[in-house]
Amino acid sequence: MTQTSLAQLLDGPRSAEPVIKLAAARKTYKTGSIEFEALRGVDLVIGEGEYVAVIGPSGSGKSTIMNILGCLDTLTTGEYLLAGDNVEELDEAELAAVRNRRVGFVFQQFHLLPSLSAWRNVELPLVYAGVHRDERRQRAIAALERVGLGDRVNNKPGQLSGGQQQRVAVARALVTEPTMILADEPTGNLDSHSTDEVLGLFDELHASGRTIVLITHEHDVAARASRTVHVRDGLIQPEGAAA
Amino acid sequence: MNWAETLRTSWSAIGSHKMRSALTVLGILIGIAAVILTVGLGLGTQKDVSSQISSLGSNLLIVSPGSSTSSTGLRGGFGTGSTLTQADATALASQVNAPDITGVDAEKSSSLELTAGTTNWTTSVVGTGPSYLGVRQRTLSSGRFLTAADVSSQASVIVLGSETATELFGYTNVVGQSVTIDSQTFQVVGVLAASGSNSTSNLDDTALVPISTMASDLVGGTSANSVSTIYLQARSADALPAAYQEAKSVLLTRHGITQASNADFTISSQNALVSTATSVYKTLTILLTGIAALSLLVGGIGVMNIMLVSVSERTREIGLRKALGAPPGAIRNQFLVEAGTLGLTGGIVGAALGIVAALVLPGVIGSSIEVSGVAIGLSLVVAIGIGLVFGVYPATRAARLAPIDALRTE
Repeated sequence: MTQTSLAQLLDGPRSAEPVIKLAAARKTYKTGSIEFEALRGVDLVIGEGEYVAVIGPSGSGKSTIMNILGCLDTLTTGEYLLAGDNVEELDEAELAAVRNRRVGFVFQQFHLLPSLSAWRNVELPLVYAGVHRDERRQRAIAALERVGLGDRVNNKPGQLSGGQQQRVAVARALVTEPTMILADEPTGNLDSHSTDEVLGLFDELHASGRTIVLITHEHDVAARASRTVHVRDGLIQPEGAAA
Repeated sequence: MNWAETLRTSWSAIGSHKMRSALTVLGILIGIAAVILTVGLGLGTQKDVSSQISSLGSNLLIVSPGSSTSSTGLRGGFGTGSTLTQADATALASQVNAPDITGVDAEKSSSLELTAGTTNWTTSVVGTGPSYLGVRQRTLSSGRFLTAADVSSQASVIVLGSETATELFGYTNVVGQSVTIDSQTFQVVGVLAASGSNSTSNLDDTALVPISTMASDLVGGTSANSVSTIYLQARSADALPAAYQEAKSVLLTRHGITQASNADFTISSQNALVSTATSVYKTLTILLTGIAALSLLVGGIGVMNIMLVSVSERTREIGLRKALGAPPGAIRNQFLVEAGTLGLTGGIVGAALGIVAALVLPGVIGSSIEVSGVAIGLSLVVAIGIGLVFGVYPATRAARLAPIDALRTE
């Protein structure tokens, strides 16, 4: 764990701003004539360096929150400020740039490209950020060392265990020094040993000052976070938000 | 994402499905090779035909008998009559009536069997005169040509084409040898230099005798005075139309025909022959190229098909790349470059195949194939263009995929 990553995270004047600010967020999905209201007015503020777990049963709207927070989808009404910037007005290419710079994703299915070696997977976000090749390789290997896989940089995902694959995915989420790490059921496909491994890694990242938002339906996973947000029927439950 | 990265990504995608990519490339490859070959074949044949026709001689008008209208209104076909005579040829040679005609070569030809020792060879025996060499633009490789004296004395002398000499004697230096036609012995006085073949006959497989000898001794009968073709040499290429008019009016007058449309002869020029032949081969080339282009189109549809498969197969990859910050343009470019690369690869291999075939095939089919650099360059552009055009739809579809939907795909 290094203090440099913390320093890099704190650069710029926006330390006073919350990382995430959702206000009266509503999201309605339309399938033909059927309308489904996934979010029915959500207010959520997450500050810098917080480790927040968003928990709720399936169909509660937590996946929608994840998509909105990750700029993979936009709100029907309401406001979403990410690091002080309103992302509701952005077009697809601009959203892609925001995802690239601000969000580090960790998915349940790992989503590693099977044909690429570990470090090639990790460097992918940097490719879209326009970083030079040599620097990409250097930073990708540093990120893999950070998650304890410095000796596996040339392995392909098929040659790694589930826990190792998810750690590669975490390295990929870290490599751009994003504003927040957004993890969607990161332990859903892992055995208990690998779950401990990955959650331990999140604890370390939190301790080093990272902002982490973890979406889960498992209470023991949510319990590792410093704050838990309960979602039910498209609304945030008051007792969860009070923690 | 810069172009080098895009190229690298596309290459590794193509390389990860080698068999499928190879089959896709094959479609383009066949199309490009077919286009190069058909265009090359068309150009080559056109060139062959033009050079063959101009090998007949320059500034040449060819008068053939036929095209006569009988009293019943039936019109005879080209070359069916024997309405031209040696007297016609003499009249055309007149500087008064036809000042723009500088050479007249009346020919009377028939396919006859020549015998030298025990060897037989059937060839086109042509009765002609001393003007043959100048009008037909031929030269001798040895000996002398037929003279006016040979014609007036009906001499039994013969000039052989180089191939005929070789067939009869096994070599071409045969001046002084004897050849028998119809049990009449002819002395070989000269051998023509090789000239190649034209579209209708082999110019080196021929035998020339004085036209008087031909008429009296070899064909005889009622057609003794008729000639099969009269070759006219115009003063210059510019004088060709004037020579044409003069020849026409002289012959119409001599044959007592008042209406030009009833003429019992046909005058054609090399230009007409060349342009007729050229237009025929042009039409053929366009037809064949059209068929080849169709196969290119099919190849292009193959590229589109494979790209669509590739997009739906890699939906998750596309979703992931988008989530990691790939803008729609980068995704579109990635698939476009992939399609263009498939097209270009097919183009390069197809062009190489076409060039190799163009080198090998002429020996097999006996027709030259002209492969031009322009055709190759153009076909490469077309190949990459086909990849890009047929890649646009799949690439746009990939670029439009919503990242959340794409990531969810199992």
